[in-house]
Amino acid sequence: MIQADLNVILPEIMLAVYAMAALLVAVYTGKDKLAPMLVWLTAAGMVIIAAIVGLSGDGTNVAFGGMFVDDAFSRFAKVTILLSAAAVLVMSQDYMTRRGLLRFEYPILVALASVGMMMMVSAGDLMALYMGLELQSLALYVVASLRRDSAKSTEAGLKYFVLGALSSGLLLYGASLVYGYSGTTLFSGIIQAAQHGEVSLGMLFGLIFVISGLAFKVSAVPFHMWTPDVYEGSPTPVTAFFATAPKMAAMGLFARVAHDAFGGIVADWSQVIALLSLLSMFLGAVAAIGQTNIKRLMAYSSIAHMGYALMGLAAGTAFGVQALLVYMVIYVTMNVGTFAFILMMEKDGQPVTDIRSLGMYSKREPGRALAMLVLLFSLAGVPPMLGFFGKLYVLRAAYDAGLAWLAIAGVVASVIGAFYYLRIVYYMYFGDDESEALDQGSGTPVLWGFLMASAAVMVLGIINMFGVEGAAAAAAAVLVN
Amino acid sequence: MEEMLREYLPILVFLAVAIGLGLVLILAAVVLAVRNPDPEKVSAYECGFNAFDDARMKFDVRFYLVSILFIIFDLEIAFLFPWAVGFKDISDVGFWSMMVFLGVLTIGFAYEWKKGALEWE
Repeated sequence: MIQADLNVILPEIMLAVYAMAALLVAVYTGKDKLAPMLVWLTAAGMVIIAAIVGLSGDGTNVAFGGMFVDDAFSRFAKVTILLSAAAVLVMSQDYMTRRGLLRFEYPILVALASVGMMMMVSAGDLMALYMGLELQSLALYVVASLRRDSAKSTEAGLKYFVLGALSSGLLLYGASLVYGYSGTTLFSGIIQAAQHGEVSLGMLFGLIFVISGLAFKVSAVPFHMWTPDVYEGSPTPVTAFFATAPKMAAMGLFARVAHDAFGGIVADWSQVIALLSLLSMFLGAVAAIGQTNIKRLMAYSSIAHMGYALMGLAAGTAFGVQALLVYMVIYVTMNVGTFAFILMMEKDGQPVTDIRSLGMYSKREPGRALAMLVLLFSLAGVPPMLGFFGKLYVLRAAYDAGLAWLAIAGVVASVIGAFYYLRIVYYMYFGDDESEALDQGSGTPVLWGFLMASAAVMVLGIINMFGVEGAAAAAAAVLVN
Repeated sequence: MEEMLREYLPILVFLAVAIGLGLVLILAAVVLAVRNPDPEKVSAYECGFNAFDDARMKFDVRFYLVSILFIIFDLEIAFLFPWAVGFKDISDVGFWSMMVFLGVLTIGFAYEWKKGALEWE
């Protein structure tokens, strides 16, 4: 019995045991001297576990009396989370080393956060959900304030912690109401208590509080206030991490709770999520216009993207969940490339985040400027790039589900949002060529490789999306039935 | 009704004993104790700081560290108590779960020890 349970959570156990072993070995031997090696080892470990999860997993397995679910949906999310976490970890090594930030705890904390995220997307119970969420969040609070002597970084960590605690409080309050009115914390029990649109008022309150708590984690408007400050204050590689894996995990968890626990009352949560989606898309599009700091700009960009992803969820159908998953994979890939570019933005060896410093960048670095152009077009959703197809997917899901107004709003918001992406392109190709120019040939081959690979995916992906569509469809079919 | 009230009788007895004992001790202090007051003795107790001072003062972050470490091991005891009380009835899985939990805590403890978090200098 317990043997079978342990087999199901073997990937999580492997990563957790690795993290603890690495912690002990590193602290008793070389400490921070081992950090570069640990970064590569952790990334390699994550890729191996992603391969194990992706290739050997089969069917739907339930462990610990339904608290932990391993199905096609969780495997899809886990592979995305692990691969993006590994990519960001590898990308951060050079940046962190040169700024004296590469402590050996960094890769270990990322590994532990990834364990939490894997737990989140596999949760089959409100308590397992909360456990995964906290394991993830606690590790993220620490890496946000990794630069301990910088006021901005510590502020980012503290802000993230205080607001994260608030959102956990909301979520727990909602969970307690749901438990009180359904008599169980298991999703399979809650879905039986809330069937066919018949739901008690207390349960509905619980549902709304749970949604609010999760909206904090995906930084959907009106629960987005922490995002720009945390993105700006954290060291850039950590920002890159925040923008990728945790977003995928939180979205996966959101879809899991919405469909697995409240799948019987789709109409009740669909309207709430549609509103979150609408507000996020417009705030992300409008508020980023005034930003000149590229990290803050990416924060608003991620808020807008979360709005589009939530549109897929608001549809409340299997196709909507498929659209959400495809959108998130494209979003994560785009962000890995974009942050590889941001990590390479340097002047006299110091990181620069002002987008005006990109004036006439294309003349000095034509290859990188072109790759960034492709990524920015893709982020904006300009037709030939993959980002457009992601948007098309969610818009179609919303339209098919009778949310035509939301789809139209999405198109309008995407046109507004295109302005600030295109402005960066403008600076790179037509801006003034000042003395404030960035260093030439900065960054490492690793960063260059990720930038180019990500841009190439945005162009080549339009042919068949590398089979992601099929996997996402299978994942969505398991979740929504 | 009477049956139910009888079940609560021990609590009533405890309340009476607690109040009585409290009163006796306070009165004994008034009657018997040697009084020799100085400013430190009569001021409210606040560990390590002046009781009435600017709230925005700097204090050593190690206070925080020590209290966090205390909380962790305090919670460990909170988990161990019910486990120990129900020890006869729990299965092997219950036993080994707690061992794994203690093992994870020990790893954390070994880390903080080696990292120097327990030293005050």
